[in-house]
Amino acid sequence: MSIRETPKTDDRPSTDLAQRTGGGDITPPPPAPPRPGRPGLGWSGRLEVALLVGPALLFFVGFVIFPVVMAGYYGFFNWHGYGPATDFIGLKNYVTILTDPDFQEALGHNAFIVVMSLVIQGPIALLLALLLNRKMRGQSLIRVLIFVPYVIAEVVVGTGFSLMLATNGALNGALDDLGLSRLTREWLSDPSIAIWTLIAILTWKYVGFAVILFLAGLQGIPDELYEAAAIDGASYWQIQRRITVPLLGPTFRIWAFLSIIGALQLFDLVYIIWGQYVAPVAGTSTMATYMVANGRNAGNFGYGNAVAVVIFVISLIVALVYQRFVLRRDTAGALTERTAR
Amino acid sequence: MTAALETIELPLPRRSRFRAATPAVYFLALIVIALMLGPVLYIIIGGFRSNSQITVDPAGWPKPWVFTNYIDVLTGGSFWPLVFNSTVVAVATTVGVVVLGLMASYVLARYNFRGRGALYAVFAAGLMFPITVAITPLYIVVRDLGLINSLPGVFLPQIAFALPTTIIILVPFLRAIPDEIQEAAFIDGCGRLGFFWRMVIPLAVPGVITVGILAFIGSWNSYLLPLYLLNDNATFTLPLGVQAFSSQYSVDTAKVLAFTSLSMIPALVFFSLFERRIVGGLTGAVKG
Repeated sequence: MSIRETPKTDDRPSTDLAQRTGGGDITPPPPAPPRPGRPGLGWSGRLEVALLVGPALLFFVGFVIFPVVMAGYYGFFNWHGYGPATDFIGLKNYVTILTDPDFQEALGHNAFIVVMSLVIQGPIALLLALLLNRKMRGQSLIRVLIFVPYVIAEVVVGTGFSLMLATNGALNGALDDLGLSRLTREWLSDPSIAIWTLIAILTWKYVGFAVILFLAGLQGIPDELYEAAAIDGASYWQIQRRITVPLLGPTFRIWAFLSIIGALQLFDLVYIIWGQYVAPVAGTSTMATYMVANGRNAGNFGYGNAVAVVIFVISLIVALVYQRFVLRRDTAGALTERTAR
Repeated sequence: MTAALETIELPLPRRSRFRAATPAVYFLALIVIALMLGPVLYIIIGGFRSNSQITVDPAGWPKPWVFTNYIDVLTGGSFWPLVFNSTVVAVATTVGVVVLGLMASYVLARYNFRGRGALYAVFAAGLMFPITVAITPLYIVVRDLGLINSLPGVFLPQIAFALPTTIIILVPFLRAIPDEIQEAAFIDGCGRLGFFWRMVIPLAVPGVITVGILAFIGSWNSYLLPLYLLNDNATFTLPLGVQAFSSQYSVDTAKVLAFTSLSMIPALVFFSLFERRIVGGLTGAVKG
């Protein structure tokens, strides 16, 4: 009956992951199938539920929900991390943040990174996915190699790139060797270049993830469509443009969502390569590096919490707007469920 | 149905989708690989050069190959404690996430009770709270628990933050276990917990592996949380150690490169062992 399906049984969880990575993280669970003839849970059943979910819920509330709520609370205080927070200053932290030119610049950098990540990584990843979707030797090896940067720790990437891109680093050295000395630049410290360097590094690190997602999406396009188009005499590029790209839409929109949220929260690479003092000067600071520099590192925990709340609110607004206007046609997401129905 | 379709399928070449690769395509693929691997190879090969070689020609090849950098790092005192700490944190995170996540997912997938949807929504909402937002108050929570500068201080929160992804992946996986198996188990006198222990856990192994790998690599690479919580060199994990080492020996570029490349080996080995699970898992069953 389903001959094609049978050998794939082992990949079930994998397929699940693909779907989940694609869309699951913001979709509500499908309603449980009615289980005919099953009585409701008795006392023992409720006890089992409590025992099985309890530990996970305890961890989750204790280490995720509670700190997030506390961030909202401490944000209203001038508080340095010791003793109870007593110096209530209302919205003063928030006023300071929003009027601080350093924060506005960081926000601008985040916005620029969001846009550039979409504009640069999206098309590159699409082309690579189309390339890798062909029959070729060493295909699976290439797929793995493209994924390698994504698996390597941010610290390793940051350390490697800061050495490679230093004034007398390997990139400038290679340009000298090739006789292109006039192309050598201060890749990390020149404020007019540094943010582009950051975007190049981000592209290198994260494009593999987009490629893998797109490849997963390509698998979901039925062969029959391609066959029909081929029978109608469509060329390769016509087929990609009229069939592949439109049908890849949902995957693309989910990837864009993950990319936007990731770019708004960007911290590790910037902090490792530029550090808290250089980043604002080089023009690569982000909201998160601003938070760490002015919160924890300045010993001003109330202020740091307020910055965290601002980052969260900005991310949430972006997420809601995106879900409302972009993702709506794919899924009625968990966040917009109530308003959409 | 599939069979019926295949009998009438025309013997058309599928070039529309899988157009055979031309030399140009291979060339393009080679360039892409070179770009992706170049920086990684730079780090690894740079560790085989001496500082004077690096200074004279930053982009050159080792000439001669120098092994002392790697040997110094491997025999020096700072590398192995970092590996040990990172391993403890990553293993504890993975075990914790799998155990707690599996238990909670089982309930969310196969029990009917009021509030189940709300419970799932609570966990799913965790995706909107990345560690960046919670880090400052989290630091205070961990400090009040007296866990600053201790490895549990890092892996306990990491377990909590990995739960949403885990539950979101495992719930549909466990829900896909056919009801017939459950009914058969009940008829044979198995309780719900017995079913969980004897049937669900063995059946969930593939999903657990996927979730476990994601948790392990995430923990191995994590930076922000250890940065806040660990101030004492003795408790540093590898990412913090790499950074400390590279600022301490900032003049000794070759050794920093050797240290950095050694620190990425575990993640790369782990990734290549389970690469089929991750890449194959994300791409689904690839018909190529």
